[in-house]
Amino acid sequence: MISREYLVGLLALMFSVSMMFSADLPDGVKVGDKAPDFFLTNVDGQSVGLETFKSTKGVILVFTCNHCPYAIKYQDRIIALHEKYAAKGVPVLAINPNDPNVSPEDSYEKMKVRAEEKGFKFPYIFDETQKTALSYGARRTPHVFLLKKAKTGFTVEYIGAIDDNANDAAGGEETFLSNAVDKMLEGQPIAVTTTKAIGCSIKWKKD
Amino acid sequence: MSSDTIYVVNFWATWCKPCIEELPSFDALEKSTRNQPVKIIMVSLDDPKVLQTKVQPFVKKLGYSMEFVLLNESKPNEWINRIDSTWSGAIPATLLFDGRLGRKEFHENDFTKDDLQKTVSNFRMLNND
Repeated sequence: MISREYLVGLLALMFSVSMMFSADLPDGVKVGDKAPDFFLTNVDGQSVGLETFKSTKGVILVFTCNHCPYAIKYQDRIIALHEKYAAKGVPVLAINPNDPNVSPEDSYEKMKVRAEEKGFKFPYIFDETQKTALSYGARRTPHVFLLKKAKTGFTVEYIGAIDDNANDAAGGEETFLSNAVDKMLEGQPIAVTTTKAIGCSIKWKKD
Repeated sequence: MSSDTIYVVNFWATWCKPCIEELPSFDALEKSTRNQPVKIIMVSLDDPKVLQTKVQPFVKKLGYSMEFVLLNESKPNEWINRIDSTWSGAIPATLLFDGRLGRKEFHENDFTKDDLQKTVSNFRMLNND
């Protein structure tokens, strides 16, 4: 293991023209776009979509899953977000986009077990076709899209991380998502509308 | 850091299953490019708290020859974009970097042995134009 200084020096050299090579995934939505609609099966067997939330002020849509250690680190924070914001009109909607053939821990049956164990008070829906993850441009778990109720449907207000502190590490903590929800509820502009965090790649179906 | 060297920088973690599965691809690349100006650096994104208890024993057990480091940075929203603006933050991910031309390629996917060999050799050929 070598020092952080060495690595920072190395990373500093990595500027310049970049070419992206990923599995040709669509870009998905941007902040300000209309939120793509969907209807997917919840762990209780009911079908849940954005229509289900038409009497709310917004929705915290979180692409997450059972298996990912980063998603697990954030599980209790997602529960706390729902506790804090559902009463204010912005509930959590959790959605698992992983292919259980690639990641067996993320099967619909195991989603039910997780929701029961953790006592999820929000829907945990299964994006079996992965079309919803593709339409939003979700790439990792957890990956958050904050949606605001519009005249018709919802608009995307914020895309990215829950906070900047997955490990509860020492150092400053920036609660990006809470800040965004607070501003949205106040009717104020959101200062930081897109953020990034480390996470597990979404387990796409193999062709 | 040598300017005529191609750097292959892989971002992984002990908790990341597809990352662990593709480690042999990087070992094979290291073996096949040993006497060439190719430098492979494996950057662990594990929690620094588990460096000694988890990461070091894991790396030691692998017995690979390439360099392993741990990124001890607490602000992912800042450093992810510094590595590549197209990176979502999902791992595994791999950066190819040419110090001489300041050219880079970023790959947000995992690699089979063959794909990695091909990708790196294409990148090197482009740099010799």
